[in-house]
Amino acid sequence: MAKDHRTKIHASDFSVFYTEKQALFNISIDIPEHKVTAFIGPSGCGKSTFLRSMNRMNDLIEGVRRTGSMIIDDVDIYDKSVDVATLRRKVGMVFQKSIPFPKSIYENITYGLTLNEKRSKEELDHIVESSLKKSALWDEVQHRLHHSAMGLSGGQQQRLCIARAIAVNPEILLMDEPCSALDPISTAKVEDLIAELSSSYTIVLVTHSMQQAARVSDYTGFYLMGKLVEFDKTRTVFTSPAQKETEDYITGRFG
Amino acid sequence: MHPFRKTKTHPIEVFAEQSIRVVASATILLIFLILVFVFKEATVLFFPGTNTEQTASTDVPQTSTSDSPEAYGTAAASDQPNTESRVDSYVADSSRSLHQLYVPRNADYPEIYNAETGNLPTDVAASEASTSEASGSNAAKKSLMSNLSTTTWQPVSENPKFGLWPLFIGTVKTTAVAIAIGAPLGILAAIYSAFFAPRKLRQILKPAIELLAGFPSVVLGFFCLVTIASFLQNTFGLEYRLNALVGGIGMALAVIPIVFAISEDALSAVPKTLREASLALGSSEWQTAYRVMLPAAAPGVFAAIILGIGRAFGETMIALMATGNAALADWNPLSPGRTFAATIGSEMGEVVWGSEHYGVLFLIGALLFVVSFSLNAFTELYVKQRLIKKFQGQ
Repeated sequence: MAKDHRTKIHASDFSVFYTEKQALFNISIDIPEHKVTAFIGPSGCGKSTFLRSMNRMNDLIEGVRRTGSMIIDDVDIYDKSVDVATLRRKVGMVFQKSIPFPKSIYENITYGLTLNEKRSKEELDHIVESSLKKSALWDEVQHRLHHSAMGLSGGQQQRLCIARAIAVNPEILLMDEPCSALDPISTAKVEDLIAELSSSYTIVLVTHSMQQAARVSDYTGFYLMGKLVEFDKTRTVFTSPAQKETEDYITGRFG
Repeated sequence: MHPFRKTKTHPIEVFAEQSIRVVASATILLIFLILVFVFKEATVLFFPGTNTEQTASTDVPQTSTSDSPEAYGTAAASDQPNTESRVDSYVADSSRSLHQLYVPRNADYPEIYNAETGNLPTDVAASEASTSEASGSNAAKKSLMSNLSTTTWQPVSENPKFGLWPLFIGTVKTTAVAIAIGAPLGILAAIYSAFFAPRKLRQILKPAIELLAGFPSVVLGFFCLVTIASFLQNTFGLEYRLNALVGGIGMALAVIPIVFAISEDALSAVPKTLREASLALGSSEWQTAYRVMLPAAAPGVFAAIILGIGRAFGETMIALMATGNAALADWNPLSPGRTFAATIGSEMGEVVWGSEHYGVLFLIGALLFVVSFSLNAFTELYVKQRLIKKFQGQ
């Protein structure tokens, strides 16, 4: 693949096992910095597993083993010296289901900030405002920052989760099907947001919607049965895929 | 012949359905009747003339110019007033209400009794008692109320004293000890089991502690009576071997499984995704547990504590065996105490049926019911509302 950008995440021979079952087979990939990378593929193909390996969320599942290396900024994140909490602050994540904490909007955003350090009220106010502005939610919620986040609509909740993730100032943003529970209008808003954020963050997006991958991503990886079948510029993958499986999947012959 | 015809119901199903209905109604009715019974027996105290305690009521003479004009129990006036019971209530009484009743009859009275000690000189008391045609149920009622609020519980004596205050103190201090020990242990154990314990350990831990909830309290009481009491006395050199602390520890053993089981359920019911979201923001397991999961489950944990209080409040056997069972009006947890429930447990068996003592015991029963009912109702209504609000916004 053409490399016009610095590599942010580098995986080589990365495999993951759920007890006996192998979920990922020797994935090697270079994910470029400040770009949107989309992973597509049928359900159970391992794209989410790979995504969750990048901030070690898979550690939470019992019986998960992995081999190979995952290097972010020249550091193997599975090295014993790595502090998982620090890693996860650097590699933020947005989940499929929007899961705001049952707290106020303001507290939702400051949660990650106040975990390990005391910050002044002004600083927090400032970060809350800038995160909400970045996630295009400020106009809608600025007058009810101290109301419960559970009262927001689904699309607003998802943007709040994005705001919450970028408030801790990560470098990488992992998004696990962030729009699959949203209506088309909210989806459009989140997609616009992704495009905007890509200038300052490296975004990795898992999606079931090929149209979405085509719309928002710069690079696309196609997974099948735990293997990375193809990874290239989105335009290339969608117009002239190198592998027959990719073409079959994209043209809707299966999946 | 349309396609939506009703099919015939099997007779066994009809029978089962009907019997379920009957049994359910009978159960609810039974519970209700028990409550009615308890309250009815307690009313003996307040309406002596209308109930079993016929002898306690006397006629109300005109000389008795009391401040309340109603006359309870006048209908059941008896020619032969039970002087004995009246002597009891007069002498036992130590508050002013009764004194005021006598003021019109005896001009010297204020001078004699202006000190508020309430200790009647015996000769005066005797003379008053012997000449006391001036009582009536009104006085009996008043004296009862003041009797109930004294600090002495001496139900079986010549002058029975039914001060509920020491029992209240005993109940509160034992319950407080039980909750102070049981609630933190139960909640921390629940947090461990819900978030930190490996899955296999949790599968053993949870049912094991929940089994403890069905542990016979007499065994816990015995354990406290024999082991913990001696241990505490030898270790800390306590003056009393059996005291509210020992009883409270015993009750804590009964409270822990309840607090644990309910908090554990509440904590486990918090969506796992919330935990992931918190961890993904770079928080530790512990930060996640106490900053996200515990607040999210707070209503449930709160309910667990309330139900734990209810359990300790109504616990009879452990209180009876391990608190020392002396009705002292003393807040010190290291001195013995006697709880409401233990009082009923120990005295109901030998009380004179229909007597004042009997009525007071039922009054305590009614009190226990009201308190635990309120606790449960509060948990059910208020806490669940909070929980729903919390997860639905606003």
